[in-house]
Amino acid sequence: MLTVQGINVYYGAIHALKDLSINVKQGEIVTLIGANGAGKSTLLKTLSGLLKPKTGSIEFLDKSIVNQSVQAIVKEGLIHCPEGRRVFANMSVEENLELGAYLQDSSSLAADFQRVYNTFPRLLERKKQQAGTLSGGEQQMLAMGRAIMGHPKLLLLDEPSMGLAPLLVQDIFKIIKEVNDAGTTVLLVEQNAHQALKIADRAYVLETGRVVLEGDAKELADSDEIKMAYLGH
Amino acid sequence: MEYFIQQLINGISVGSIYALIALGYTMVYGIIKLINFAHGDVFMVGSFIGLYSAKYLANAGLPPIVVLLLSLIISMTISALLGITIERLAYKPLRKSTRIAALITAIGVSFLLEYTGVLILGPQAQGFPDIMEKKQYHLFGSSIQVESNQIMILLTTIILMLVLQYIVRYTKTGKAMRAVSFDVEAARLMGINVDRTISATFAIGSALAAAAGVIFGMTYNSVDPLMGVMPGLKAFVAAVLGGIGSIPGALVGGLLLGTVETEISSLGFSSWRDGVAFAVLILILIFKPSGLFGKNVREKV
Ligand SMILES: Nc1ncnc2c1ncn2[C@@H]1O[C@H](COP(=O)(O)OP(=O)(O)O)[C@@H](O)[C@H]1O
Ligand SMILES: [Mg+2]
Repeated sequence: MLTVQGINVYYGAIHALKDLSINVKQGEIVTLIGANGAGKSTLLKTLSGLLKPKTGSIEFLDKSIVNQSVQAIVKEGLIHCPEGRRVFANMSVEENLELGAYLQDSSSLAADFQRVYNTFPRLLERKKQQAGTLSGGEQQMLAMGRAIMGHPKLLLLDEPSMGLAPLLVQDIFKIIKEVNDAGTTVLLVEQNAHQALKIADRAYVLETGRVVLEGDAKELADSDEIKMAYLGH
Repeated sequence: MEYFIQQLINGISVGSIYALIALGYTMVYGIIKLINFAHGDVFMVGSFIGLYSAKYLANAGLPPIVVLLLSLIISMTISALLGITIERLAYKPLRKSTRIAALITAIGVSFLLEYTGVLILGPQAQGFPDIMEKKQYHLFGSSIQVESNQIMILLTTIILMLVLQYIVRYTKTGKAMRAVSFDVEAARLMGINVDRTISATFAIGSALAAAAGVIFGMTYNSVDPLMGVMPGLKAFVAAVLGGIGSIPGALVGGLLLGTVETEISSLGFSSWRDGVAFAVLILILIFKPSGLFGKNVREKV
């Protein structure tokens, strides 16, 4: 579904991604783990077109998207739910969701709202409320709901559990699994490696802009290297 | 007391003009963080287009109300296109450069419009035709006078505000505008076309300034190529007073400034009239830089 080959991404003189290659297959949950500053968010931004790689190729659904606009990439069904939620705090929950469906046909809007409210009943209760007044967990749900409104074929999630209470973290991971079971492929960036490896099929480990390890999620979770570096035992 | 109310009514007319111009400043600032110093000159262009349309249409023998409506529509449409063109040619190439570069460019565009105006139209003032016959009414039998023009101005302003409110709150473009103002990157991730949204903002702001230009012409009956400078600056002050980036702020700021200014000059300090606006600006910048309706500036980390 997604094939990234040898991309190099720079911020001015900073070489943030170095000859990086990954792939994601239809139906999978693939997780990217790695320390702060490893380049995880940079990779997601490059996939959604916010950043352009200097070299390398990105194919999504057998088409090159390297030179496509963000808008065109969203239209293809590659939806990026960014780090830090980035909900439109000055707008209502409902308006935020509507913006998630910006490129969708308005005929499917009602059904899409229904789907999102079924997944996140809390959002239905708060639909007229300003997004800025929601709790952190609710904002994360809104950010994910908004992404789902865009009919993702591939959903990029950047640290959805960041800053949430443990109970909520459980909920969020459960929902990611549900969304995936319903047919959406997921590329999940997480610092919470333990949880991420539990729900993922495969994983990549990033260090300073390179992939240093990759493989089956269960195997990686059991490997000594991962246990030492990312799972804290 | 009656005198005070009389001045209040006059102040609201002036304030409506400031408010309509201030909206363009505030919307453009909201979306690209640029003080568009050429905005007052778009108001001037709008006024001249209104003048020529009104003359032409009145000569064609159309009834006054039709002349007024068509002049407004023509002036607003052409000015909207002018606004879009200015943004595309002058500001868009600078979107990734420093804010000061864009600001200086805006000042350059302002001079360009002013002196192109002088070149084509001549520096002298031209009479703006009386589109509607001017009538005076006495309010509730008192000595307070309301001119038919003032009623027209207030009606036009209110209608435009309602339309604007509708666009910004309920249309897809309006929602996109609010999203882009709040967080450009997140807006792009929704699939919003940021360039087109910015164009729409310039179009709407310029159209409102053009309407203000026509109203100004009807009120003062005299227009010239440098007429945009002072109202432009005053409207800028109004936008800062209301909280730059805030639409209700621009409205309230404009009306407030218009009435304060008129009251002050009616108290015999007419030479202080223009000074008031700038005193207000300095006071806000010192005591409440975010303005009356401004949110505290959210610094991006
Ligand atoms: N806007 C930026 N400008 C310059 N450097 C950046 C920018 N964003 C990220 N970086 C740098 O790129 C590297 C990767 O960052 P990032 O992708 O955010 O890491 P992660 O998401 O894994 O924590 C870091 O060294 C970071 O400092
Ligand atoms: Mg990150």
